[in-house]
Amino acid sequence: MSPPATETLRKTALHATHRRLGARMVAFGGWEMPVDYSGIIAEHLAVRTAAGLFDVSHMGEIEIRGPHALELVQWVTCNDAARLSEGQAQYSGLMSEQGTFVDDLLVHKISAMHYLLCVNAANQDADFEHICAQNRFGAVVENAGARYTQLALQGPKAQDILARLTRTDLTALRYYRFTFGEVSGVSCLIARTGYTGEDGFELYFAPEHSERVWNDLLDAGQRDGLLPCGLGARNTLRLEAGMCLYGHELDRTTTPWEARLDWICKLDKGDFLGRQSLVAQRQQGLRRVLVGFEMCENRIARDGYPVLAGEHEIGRVTSGSPAPFLKKNIGMAYVPPEYSAAGVELRIGIRGQPAAARVVSLPFYQRPK
Amino acid sequence: MYPSDYRYTREHEWIKLEGTIGIVGITDYAQRALGDIVYVQLPQLGTKLEASQSFGSVESVKAASDLYCPVAGEVIEVNEALNRAPGMINQDPHGAAWIIKIRVADPSQVQGLMDADAYQAYVAEKEQEAGH
Repeated sequence: MSPPATETLRKTALHATHRRLGARMVAFGGWEMPVDYSGIIAEHLAVRTAAGLFDVSHMGEIEIRGPHALELVQWVTCNDAARLSEGQAQYSGLMSEQGTFVDDLLVHKISAMHYLLCVNAANQDADFEHICAQNRFGAVVENAGARYTQLALQGPKAQDILARLTRTDLTALRYYRFTFGEVSGVSCLIARTGYTGEDGFELYFAPEHSERVWNDLLDAGQRDGLLPCGLGARNTLRLEAGMCLYGHELDRTTTPWEARLDWICKLDKGDFLGRQSLVAQRQQGLRRVLVGFEMCENRIARDGYPVLAGEHEIGRVTSGSPAPFLKKNIGMAYVPPEYSAAGVELRIGIRGQPAAARVVSLPFYQRPK
Repeated sequence: MYPSDYRYTREHEWIKLEGTIGIVGITDYAQRALGDIVYVQLPQLGTKLEASQSFGSVESVKAASDLYCPVAGEVIEVNEALNRAPGMINQDPHGAAWIIKIRVADPSQVQGLMDADAYQAYVAEKEQEAGH
């Protein structure tokens, strides 16, 4: 319960709006952000069953432009951006020379000469410097976070709600595609992306219109049970959906193989930063891999708790929490590969008391098709 | 907001003295700071506790927080209802969601804790620090 040092924290354009809505604020990634409004459980369930609206303007944007934009994107990321069509987004990793994560990110192809990267708040400046340092291609790199408000409208009702405020045909917008359109008369990049395991949209637009778009969305969704949601529910939703969070599952020591993100690591796309190390690690084999687990007794694993096999510590919990929709206590951890099969029994050291847990396959939750 | 016949700790527990029996819970400020409470770890009956000794924990979706005994005593009852409905602490932290009852070793120790006015001022200061 230590108070955040508010004077040093950055605030989004909606800061006063969150306060008026009664949000509890916390420090996250250098920003003062809402953790919840009505409670994490209610907000989590709203997203699974109706819809939730998140201010995620702390997320950073980096734009890469020019005739050599693709070359730079391909060099610093591990997924294959050459496979993107205009108006398509892709989950990827920003790699170090060691093939570890400088960040995880979304790459949006606006045109052959223009890519928009959406990166984590706490990493934005380091990412920008890293990309600039690797830019021997002559691409134009802009640290553009201050030019965008980003809202996430997530949940099974998200399309119905957003359709009330836009003429863009949302039914034609497929998953991981984006388009430009107006929401409440405000020009937006409208992307069918998210970090909750539900259908939904992420909107990027100029910060001066933040309050109008936010309020209009809340009004438009009221009859569907739309709730404003904070980072607390964002975290439990992404964990239920088995998604990684930078600083927890991913960091400068973890590789895509260890994080089981093989599907975003394309060794056949040509050379890229970290590729050599990744090839070597793949040949040598892994010493640890990411697993999902659920607690077998009513105890809650938390980030940083030791994972035990017998008396030995074999890893650490990277994320642990109650899962409000599944009504289980779940978590993720890095363990040696021999402990990674579904069904393996582990113990989690919960403040000195080991508690039984079982490896389960990821994701914990998958939305009904 | 904070009952005047309770006494309060800097760790946000309250104690209400009834003769030599102390009823212990956490304050409204504590439940708000924690958010949705999903688990309470209660002590064994008969546990002897020193003042400020940890006797269990309360966990929200977001975090785990230790519980500290306001004064020395022996646990004579625990609120079993919290095992089934830990969220009661969010609803009624100063009433139905008491956590333990202790036989207080020295009732005069209770008078050394903050009264409601002092605790109210303490919490106001905390909230100001947090920028509320």
